[in-house]
Amino acid sequence: MIGALIRRDLALALKRPSALAVPVMFFVIVGALFPFAVGPDARLLARIAPGIVWVAALLAALLPVETLVAADRADGTFDQLVARGIALETVAAARLAAHWLGFALPLLLALPVAGVLLGLDGAGLGRTALGLLLGTPGLAALALVAASLTAGLRGGGALAGLIVLPLALPVLIFGVGLESGGALKLLAASSLVLVAVAPFASAAALRSGMD
Amino acid sequence: MTGAPQLIVEGLACVRGGRAVFDGVSFALAPGGALQVEGRNGAGKSSLLRILAGLLRAADGRLDNPFAIGWLGADATLKPGNTLAGELGYWARLDGRAGAVPAALTAFDLTGLAELPVEVLSSGQRRRAALARVHASGAPLWLLDEPAVGLDTASVGQLARAVAAHRAGGGLVVVATHGDIGLDAPQRLAL
Repeated sequence: MIGALIRRDLALALKRPSALAVPVMFFVIVGALFPFAVGPDARLLARIAPGIVWVAALLAALLPVETLVAADRADGTFDQLVARGIALETVAAARLAAHWLGFALPLLLALPVAGVLLGLDGAGLGRTALGLLLGTPGLAALALVAASLTAGLRGGGALAGLIVLPLALPVLIFGVGLESGGALKLLAASSLVLVAVAPFASAAALRSGMD
Repeated sequence: MTGAPQLIVEGLACVRGGRAVFDGVSFALAPGGALQVEGRNGAGKSSLLRILAGLLRAADGRLDNPFAIGWLGADATLKPGNTLAGELGYWARLDGRAGAVPAALTAFDLTGLAELPVEVLSSGQRRRAALARVHASGAPLWLLDEPAVGLDTASVGQLARAVAAHRAGGGLVVVATHGDIGLDAPQRLAL
């Protein structure tokens, strides 16, 4: 059941050619712009590179927030699923998985390019990749909750950004501070909490939107 | 006494936006039965159907529904970029009835349109596609919200025949409608 929902969500996302390309382009362009903005000091760039990568990843997760659930809410897809007795929590969990697959995997593939532009060495690149792998599910979860809360509101995307950015702080802090020992576990923990809570929060928001 | 399972509604009340839409709605529907819900705009026909479908919480009352639901809402719920057969196939697979699509397409005269992308369909054709999804679902209880909107006379006839066949097979139908859609001796509920 949930597998069918994920496949459907992913197939619909991939129908739009921009769905894969835009987050990746965005990610790479941010990586390319920073050396211009802070100057060509390679040591400084390498030091702030993880932070840049994480902020770019966070913003890339938020890019599709206006379309993530709003279309399905408007065109009756959720109604059809609920009438079949499928829990909105299941629907939200599937959407979370599809969103993560659709934005985080391409991002990880583009990471070496952005890493080179920012002067990350091999070890730094590996650490950042591992951190993104653990942290991006949390970012996807936040994007899903924000999308569910703001679905049906005018200018929902901007509001969603305001909701998500403060909540993303733990993931960002532990993601950027991976060099210190326990950060990896704390990153995984904060990401896991977000992933565990998101389907329920998202379903509650969608349900109250139906009334 | 335990007979065949029934759809039973007792004292159902609906409040939307702080305003009481209806209250004290009661009826029972047995297999083969049809209920035609009538009323002016805003009387709560759609709200009643949404409550029956589990999409809306009733403010009060009891709802006992032992049947799986085929839902026809206001929107056709067809994703642009996919073919009609692909869209109906997805929902039918979700219902575990992938083989039911051709018969549903035939029932609503959509077979020739099956391979077209859904965005080129007219509003009447989209409506028939949504009805075909209900048909393919195999659910015993059809909840149809204004099923005849946008349908031409021939299509309303197809709808009436499909509903009659569904009822003959032991299915139940609840229809919210303004006009007559050719139901055979339905129970009537005025809101």
